Amino acid sequence: MNIAVCIKQVPDTTEVRINPETNTLIRDGVASIINPFDTYAIEEALCLRERFGGKVIVLTMGPPQAEAALRETISLGVDEVVLLSDRAFAGSDTLATSYALAQGIRKIGDVDLILCGKQAIDGDTAQVGPGISVWLDIPQVTYVKKIEELREEQEKKMFRVQRMTEEGYDVLDVPLPCLLTVVKEINEPRLPSLKGMMRAKKAEVLKWTAADIGCEDQKIGLDGSPTQVKKIFSPPARPGGEILCGEPAEIAAKLKQYLKGVN
Amino acid sequence: MDYLLTEEQIMVRDLARKIAQGKLKECVAEYDREGKFPWPVMKQLAEADLFGVYIEEKYGGMGAGILELCLVTEELSKVCGGTAVSYAASALGTDPIILFGNEEQKMKYLPDIAAGKKLAAFGLTEPNAGSDAGAIETTARKDGDFYVLNGMKHFITNAGEAEIYTVIAMTDKTKGARGASAFIVEKGTPGFTFGKKEEKLGIRTSATSELIFNECRIPKENLLGKEGMGFVITMKTFDFSRPGVAAQAVGIGQGALDLAVDYAKQRQQFGKPISSFQGVKFMLADMATQVEAARALVYSVARMIDSGNTKVAKESAMAKMYASDVAMKVSTDAVQVFGGYGYMREYPVEKFMRDAKITQIYEGTNQIQRDIIGNNLIKEAMGKK
Repeated sequence: MNIAVCIKQVPDTTEVRINPETNTLIRDGVASIINPFDTYAIEEALCLRERFGGKVIVLTMGPPQAEAALRETISLGVDEVVLLSDRAFAGSDTLATSYALAQGIRKIGDVDLILCGKQAIDGDTAQVGPGISVWLDIPQVTYVKKIEELREEQEKKMFRVQRMTEEGYDVLDVPLPCLLTVVKEINEPRLPSLKGMMRAKKAEVLKWTAADIGCEDQKIGLDGSPTQVKKIFSPPARPGGEILCGEPAEIAAKLKQYLKGVN
Repeated sequence: MDYLLTEEQIMVRDLARKIAQGKLKECVAEYDREGKFPWPVMKQLAEADLFGVYIEEKYGGMGAGILELCLVTEELSKVCGGTAVSYAASALGTDPIILFGNEEQKMKYLPDIAAGKKLAAFGLTEPNAGSDAGAIETTARKDGDFYVLNGMKHFITNAGEAEIYTVIAMTDKTKGARGASAFIVEKGTPGFTFGKKEEKLGIRTSATSELIFNECRIPKENLLGKEGMGFVITMKTFDFSRPGVAAQAVGIGQGALDLAVDYAKQRQQFGKPISSFQGVKFMLADMATQVEAARALVYSVARMIDSGNTKVAKESAMAKMYASDVAMKVSTDAVQVFGGYGYMREYPVEKFMRDAKITQIYEGTNQIQRDIIGNNLIKEAMGKK
């Protein structure tokens, strides 16, 4: 089973600051990491490889420095890594990004499963994973918390998976090839090994441009991005609460006043 | 301080730090309280290839050395001295095989140890033979193709949890220390069992127990070196393993210091953080200097061993003695910085003080270390004349 995992390199902070003029993330001085949700996708891919054989290929679209994130995945045991990097990709929104990744996967060819984290911690859109499946015209299941088993029915291979919902989970069968986005409940990501880190230093990172993966110009970069960000802002801080003091009867009376006020 | 570590050494240190600050930190309070062996952490160390750092590549290790072993031990020790010693004691049990094992023995035992599939332990101490290692009473009687072991070892680190034990026993009691020999004994060998698990003041996450040998037959191939070499093997093993204990002590000192600095910054008294009072600030300054001096000594000795020096008894003893005395002092002072809170189990700092004490005692008490250092000084002075 060949598995492609799409990852994103993100700033190492949940407190992302935003440049109010350009409405873009301020990345200066912030260390980069693999999007934490993607680490669960990588772990799941490695576990599936241990069960079913095959290889794990990790892709990312990003600037040249995203190579560091790819090398890190090799230290975890990933077989091959691909960096989609081209100035023509600059300014891509989730639609254009998912298109480029889908083109990259097409070029890889023989892929049975695509895994993504449920969303990236910087943009939080959760759109790229599903977008890839639409471009490739394959089924998708989002928020997967468990891959139960690989089943075969009428010579069709399918995964039985659990999709997390607010109330519990759905059990779904999804035929291969398919795309799954995973939540953190699915596993506990491993740490790199020393031997893996040694391998990562020397490993080759495949670098593909927009032309290499046959991207149509109008589908990538700013031209391929219908999303226009009008404004990004941090939500206003919640006003502090108030602690009511005094005798119970007094407090009850005060509380009553508050409740009336709200109504 | 920049110790000019290589890229690989930094990799080893950072990986150990990740495990220590992650999984280990998560479970340390519970494991310490309940005296549980930290298997989840051991498993992570194994998966990260860290059990093999000091073992040759042809036996599945990384082919690095004692300095790398020290870096890992120190990182673990910054969070938990007990976990650090469980890791380092496996190296202690392995050192006799590395130093004195034949090719067959190395091929048989080292790969599993390097991969972290099996832990090792070293069995020397007995109820009546602590510092006086020549007084051991466990015997090994030759019987055809076998040796038959009888007797008891106690205070053995990793006992029960390890699979491979290097054990010192008397093959010829009439010869005293020269009648001791070293053997490899595998867990599960008939006649080899474990006694009571000790309840300890500190390093409570480590396993300490008795090894009991009752007509335990082991193949004669399990003899390390030759008969009568047991004492030499022990002394050489300690020369190589003491930097590990010293690194454990450095980690304990650093861990306690870090907690004390953090606390002194935030604890307010008389309207100011207590770090602004000279009495506290100077204490922290002394603590930091002592830990750094200990680290510099330990790394230097480790590098000396790694560069191929075999006459390291004096330096190795110095590192172990100095670093452990520093760990005891610094961790005691750290509790002092915390005041009453430091004395409470609810705060993590008292554990460092409990863990520190043993580093002054095991792998040769610090009195024995001074003895070794003194003897070497005198020997060197005689040599000059």
